[in-house]
Amino acid sequence: MTILFFLFATVILVSAVMVVSARNLIHAALWLVSTLFGVAALYALLEAGFMAVVQVVIYIGAIAILFIFAVMLTRRELRDKGPGLNANWWLSALISALVFGGLLFLLSGWSGFSKASAGLPSEFDAVGALGEALVSPQAFVLPFEVASVLLVAAMVGAVYVALKQK
Amino acid sequence: MNFWTDPIRTVSDWLMSLFTGWGINEGLGGILIQLLGIVILVTIMLVIDILLVWIERKVVARFQDRLGPNRLGPFGLVQPFADIIKLFIKENITPTGVDKVVYNLAPVLSVFSVLILWAIIPLAPVIYGVDLNVGLLYLVAAGAIGTLSIIMAGWSSNNKFALVGALRQVAAMISYEIPMVVSLLIPAILAGTMGMMGIIRAQQGLWYALLSPLGALIFLISAVAELGRTPFDLSEGESEIVAGFHIEYSGMKFGWFYAGELLHAFTFGGFWGILFFGGYHFFGLENLGPLVAAAIVLFKALLGYWVIMWIKYTLMRVRIDHMLSFNWKFLVPLSLVVLMATALLNTLLRDASAGFYALSMFLANVLIAWAVVEILRARSRVERGQSQAAASTAVEAAHH
Amino acid sequence: MIPLSWYLILSAALFSIGLFGVLARRNAIAILLGIELMLNAVNINLVSFWRYGDVTQMAGQVFAIIVFAVAAAEVAVGLALIISVYRTRKTVVADELDLMKW
Repeated sequence: MTILFFLFATVILVSAVMVVSARNLIHAALWLVSTLFGVAALYALLEAGFMAVVQVVIYIGAIAILFIFAVMLTRRELRDKGPGLNANWWLSALISALVFGGLLFLLSGWSGFSKASAGLPSEFDAVGALGEALVSPQAFVLPFEVASVLLVAAMVGAVYVALKQK
Repeated sequence: MNFWTDPIRTVSDWLMSLFTGWGINEGLGGILIQLLGIVILVTIMLVIDILLVWIERKVVARFQDRLGPNRLGPFGLVQPFADIIKLFIKENITPTGVDKVVYNLAPVLSVFSVLILWAIIPLAPVIYGVDLNVGLLYLVAAGAIGTLSIIMAGWSSNNKFALVGALRQVAAMISYEIPMVVSLLIPAILAGTMGMMGIIRAQQGLWYALLSPLGALIFLISAVAELGRTPFDLSEGESEIVAGFHIEYSGMKFGWFYAGELLHAFTFGGFWGILFFGGYHFFGLENLGPLVAAAIVLFKALLGYWVIMWIKYTLMRVRIDHMLSFNWKFLVPLSLVVLMATALLNTLLRDASAGFYALSMFLANVLIAWAVVEILRARSRVERGQSQAAASTAVEAAHH
Repeated sequence: MIPLSWYLILSAALFSIGLFGVLARRNAIAILLGIELMLNAVNINLVSFWRYGDVTQMAGQVFAIIVFAVAAAEVAVGLALIISVYRTRKTVVADELDLMKW
């Protein structure tokens, strides 16, 4: 388990660094796919199988493909020109490092920081419980419906914005 | 417990005793046995894949009134092995200007996306890789990896035909994924689970192809589109984009795409058999033993593969705009209607007798099919009237 | 066993890398890629909180699924905007989109 965690964490962090540093945008998008695979494996390690599979379906099957399409649609030539980072990249690096340090500082003061996980109760059906929670009026049916309305609105908006005006 | 009632456990127990005899501890031995199982499964699938080349060539020959390969070995059975050797000894060309890593990774991912599907296919009650409780979604997720491999191949080849072919194929795969997911939900609703084992067990009495024939049909159509086979083979086209996304691939790199496509068709045939035709159930024959059950599953997969080939070699290809509008304007609404009818009936008739339940499910499907045919007939009548009116005014204009 | 802190540190690192991408990249699509990394970091946190807290309470996973939906919506609208901007300005470099700068 520990070995697997370190393996996946290395994959995630290395590919994430490549996502923000790759000059070629298609390579950046493919490194994003690798990061997302790592995150899906991490979900599987956390015994959230449904989340792992949905991560692959939505992020890799839809979002990453959408990114690759968008990269292809927004350039004249396939090669990159100019620097990938802007002039103030060192300031951005400093801010990110500060955010990371700040998060670590805040977390280390929290009492539940190094909590160990309890085993899953036997015969606990996480997928069934998730389904119940999503559609039960006592739980999260309203956020679920609002999310679906958001998706419809986003779809209509995206079609309208990207449609070629005649 | 002996080999014939539980082959996997017998073999793994024997291997475990062998490993512990060598001084390997149990945890490592378990991992080794699982790795060995994966290697054996993949090897068997790839050997079946080689035979699929022979089957495909024989069947297409019969459809076209030819004999097919018949010179090498009995019935030409050695022919595919000769083909494989030819592919292996061909020069491994990497064209200049390609993106090397992505270019070489794409065929590997293409085969990988098919092989991982066999992890969740239950061959018998005791022969299966893993019984995931999200098996159906896993099937869709593996398809997403296949889509990725195609776009990687198309982009990295640095060839505009490859890119156009890949974009077409990806557009088709993304759109046909929706009716496929919806039709996959129908067995999930009927069985009350997304795990393959649960779905097969629930089909003990009645196959889901009888409860939901439209669901089975929609799954087959979207599977053919996912595979990119005729009538939906828009990723290729000799007169426009040549071979599509694998135009720059040669030798065994092309061979992996070809092998992946054939095995994918066979695998979807298998899923068709598992989800709608009872998996290893065949009138009680599966009780003879797990190996018979595995043979039944493989036989049903071959039958499904044969249906896909039948479609491929009978129908003509459609135009890409027809293909996409067929999906969005016909298949997606139809699959949603079938899904809603199934869910509604399943809830309403929860307490009804099994016979009444099955009969009303079947009749609901027949009713939907009839309504669809009537709507299509009315629409085409209107269109025919319009085109005839336009033609007659054109004729009159020509007379004057 | 893996303590909760490892997941939290990993997700904090992923979030910071994504933040760096958002702040430092010039191409608008690359900025969106950074946002995806940040959303994934959030999701790792949510799912690990579900696993390490009371597993019968599904709030963590439900929240993560809503983050999926929001991410999909954000990408669709964001990329549509970028494509639309590219049509009129012929560039997707964020520095060069300075029409409203004074």
